[in-house]
Amino acid sequence: MQTFFIVAILALGFLITFQIAKASEYVAVLRGYEKARKQTNKINGFMLLAFLIIGLIGVYYCNEKLKGKILGEPASDHGVLVDRMLYVTLLITFIVFVITQVALFWFSYKYQESDKRKAFYFAHSNKLELIWTVIPAITLTILVGFGIFYWFKITGDAPKNAMQVEVVGKQFGWEFRYPGRDKILGKKYFKNVNPAANNPVGQIWDDPANHDDIFVEQEMHLVVNKPVKLVIGAKDVIHDVGLAHFRMKMDAVPGTPTTMWFTPTYTTKQMKEKTGNPDFVYELSCDQMCGKGHWSMRGTIVVETQEEFDAWLASKKPQYLVANPDKDPSAPKADTVKQVAAVIK
Amino acid sequence: MSEAMNVHSGVDAAHAVHHDDHGHGHHEQSFISKYIFSMDHKTIGKQFLITGMVWAIIGGLFSVLFRLQLGYPDQSFPILETFFGNWAKGGQIQPEFYYGLVTMHGTVLVFFVLTAGLSGTFANLLIPLQIGARDMASPFLNMLSYWFFFIAGIVMLASIFVHTGPASGGWTMYPPLSALRQAGDGQKIGTDLWLISMALFIVSSLLGGLNYISTILNMRTKGMSMTRLPLPIWAMFFTAVLGVLSFPVLLSGAILLLFDRNLGTSFYLSDIVINGEILPNEGGSAILYQHLFWFLGHPEVYIILLPAMGMVSEILSVNARKPIFGYMAMLGSLFAIAILAFLVWAHHMFVTGLNPFLGSVFVLLTLLIAVPSAIKVFNWLTTLWRGNIRFTPATLFAIGFVSLFISGGLTGIFLGNSTIDIHLHDTMFVVAHFHIVMGVASFFGMFAGVYHWFPKMFGRYLNNTLGYMHFWVTMIGAYLIFWPMHYQGLAGIPRRYLDKSGWVSFNQFGELDKMITIVSIIVFAVQLMFVFNFFYSIFKGRKVTTPNPWGANTLEWTTKINPGHGNWEGEIPEVHRWPYDYSKDGRDFIPQTEPIGANESKH
Repeated sequence: MQTFFIVAILALGFLITFQIAKASEYVAVLRGYEKARKQTNKINGFMLLAFLIIGLIGVYYCNEKLKGKILGEPASDHGVLVDRMLYVTLLITFIVFVITQVALFWFSYKYQESDKRKAFYFAHSNKLELIWTVIPAITLTILVGFGIFYWFKITGDAPKNAMQVEVVGKQFGWEFRYPGRDKILGKKYFKNVNPAANNPVGQIWDDPANHDDIFVEQEMHLVVNKPVKLVIGAKDVIHDVGLAHFRMKMDAVPGTPTTMWFTPTYTTKQMKEKTGNPDFVYELSCDQMCGKGHWSMRGTIVVETQEEFDAWLASKKPQYLVANPDKDPSAPKADTVKQVAAVIK
Repeated sequence: MSEAMNVHSGVDAAHAVHHDDHGHGHHEQSFISKYIFSMDHKTIGKQFLITGMVWAIIGGLFSVLFRLQLGYPDQSFPILETFFGNWAKGGQIQPEFYYGLVTMHGTVLVFFVLTAGLSGTFANLLIPLQIGARDMASPFLNMLSYWFFFIAGIVMLASIFVHTGPASGGWTMYPPLSALRQAGDGQKIGTDLWLISMALFIVSSLLGGLNYISTILNMRTKGMSMTRLPLPIWAMFFTAVLGVLSFPVLLSGAILLLFDRNLGTSFYLSDIVINGEILPNEGGSAILYQHLFWFLGHPEVYIILLPAMGMVSEILSVNARKPIFGYMAMLGSLFAIAILAFLVWAHHMFVTGLNPFLGSVFVLLTLLIAVPSAIKVFNWLTTLWRGNIRFTPATLFAIGFVSLFISGGLTGIFLGNSTIDIHLHDTMFVVAHFHIVMGVASFFGMFAGVYHWFPKMFGRYLNNTLGYMHFWVTMIGAYLIFWPMHYQGLAGIPRRYLDKSGWVSFNQFGELDKMITIVSIIVFAVQLMFVFNFFYSIFKGRKVTTPNPWGANTLEWTTKINPGHGNWEGEIPEVHRWPYDYSKDGRDFIPQTEPIGANESKH
């Protein structure tokens, strides 16, 4: 019923609009088309000026209303660079935006058709054209220079003391692997992937570097003020590791590992205080279309102190032992059970 | 070159006898050869336009549907279930449906509307008329171009109705997602149909493009040197060159993808475990596709934008009663944009793991494009300066185009800078940016063109009042929709998220999303009003009484009000000057056909 009313109102509104439009056309013909045209010309000229003024106020209002809703302070060292570049660019482009838009609408208003004026025949001017080739070129050179400088800083090699974490995307979730005590991620091969046998990332158990690697899902833990290098991969389709608070992003491509590194600068606890939001949590979003669950492919990140991190890591059992319980020294019972079973057979 | 060769002798002879009485004097054309399998460039242009409008309504409707989901993620709309059944179970748009809609919206608008509907329409209509030719170099290929486009559309339309749904991997169709049937419903037959449709579309675009290029180069009338061409023709020329050079690359990408999907090859596939199934493919590169895609994909942006720029230049000059400022600079910047368009594709791939050094080269080349773009903007502004501007609906849309091009172009400086792109890549900021600069701006160029050349197409005017309403609602609406959307991107909200309520960082824009949805519905309704105005005015619009209603210099206004096949009845007029002598030596306008006077000042 409600839908019906909405459709009826729309249809009626449309009909009225159309009748007015038709009538105004007739009136224009009756009164003399030239005269009517000149009158609408004045109205539109005024509207363009009004649009400029209201538009600029709207830009200000929109900013007042929404600036508090963007992410606030970046939570990584690279994020600071990204934000600085962003605000420099914003300043420059905003100046250009205001100048050009004001010129566009002001000229339109000021030079609207008038019987008193003749248009000025002005076909070209090398001087002017040179000016507005050179000024944008210089400005852009500055932006490119800063941009590339920061870009190399961000994408350069990770520091030697960086911890490593492997991030693997799949439809639709995240998996993480920590290198363990030896600080080396063991080799893996995709044909070894077998979640049923507790080998979700396809580790090669013959590689001793794999024996202490720790596997977790959905939640990654990082240490504050310690650089971290993410080794990123995907199992099925392209995903993307999006870390909005750290201002970092890198695709996860099946078959082609990628990396990124950064240093988190605030713990989750500190961020809770900073944002005044007790539910604050660092989120890991998938930023590359990956299928029907793309919008819900969420992971979380806990940034904590070294002690907290060590305690957390110590509570985890290496995946090697999860997959091969008979190799687990802390659970000798498994062996006994097996022997008993063999005896019974 | 001889014009006589292109004259359709029947048309000409008949015209010599009956002057006013077209339809009877022509050698009789059946309805089918006149309106359906027509070889007249003007009819083919109209076919492209009307087909494009149908697709624009479909594509626009899709966006309204997914905006409903974005604005009201919790609400149920029973009417959707009535129409879409399982796709909107319980009145809620299902994720598969949502992604199908998004993908189709992008594909349809980018390729079918803003490529075929825009350059197909105006290249066909304007090239022969403005350069002084009877028709295209090959009217037959021209006709084929339309019909390949039509078939491509049929295949795409069919894909919407298959039971697993249309392709849903996004309009960029990245593998492995688009290569693996196991990845989801939209990756089944829908994706094959999408690829076939695109292949047909590329054939259409190449036939058209080659025709445009050869017509412009070979069939200009006497005196029409390249530097006397109106700017829309230059723009169409570069557009066609871009299309001819880049579309084949997309075709190769699409064919390799078809092979991967159906023949078991591994061009794009390697190391894949999907739904627990381990695939045998090894050694392919998923990134290869992105290179092939964006090698077309970026020039495609300019394929969409250049015709709009050309038409806007023409319309601003005519209605400001002033020559376009810096004709050679406009031409040079078109050329520079066309060259640079091929050298910036990897800026879509800054975060794919691209070598950072390569990335920095692409930053430089990308931001270089801002220079010719800035030149164009300043030249448009100077064209308005000290003019005597008539605000026809076409003028308003042209002014709107410049405004949107500035706004959207400036946000491109953010995204082209790889450092900022790390944060903004694939967020709503990108969506806002390209909708303003390439989507809405090009639409404005297209609207400007339709309002300006409608009298030439149909011998009648569009209703002005509806035209003004159309402009103002669309202009205000476009800014209301896309300006605040940048903030969502700054907050890091990724694209293609259909419900953000499960996220702590992204759920703060509920009110904004509602507002955007409401405005987009209004704007969509006003576009329907425009479509109504269009068809109503074809039959009932105010009649054009003078052959040159805008007081313009270009050749299309030297034809009869309703030109027949062959365009000019007698000889094709000779051209003596450039097309922008407005308000020169105290005269309002001097048509291109008028010889240079003895005491005339130089420009």
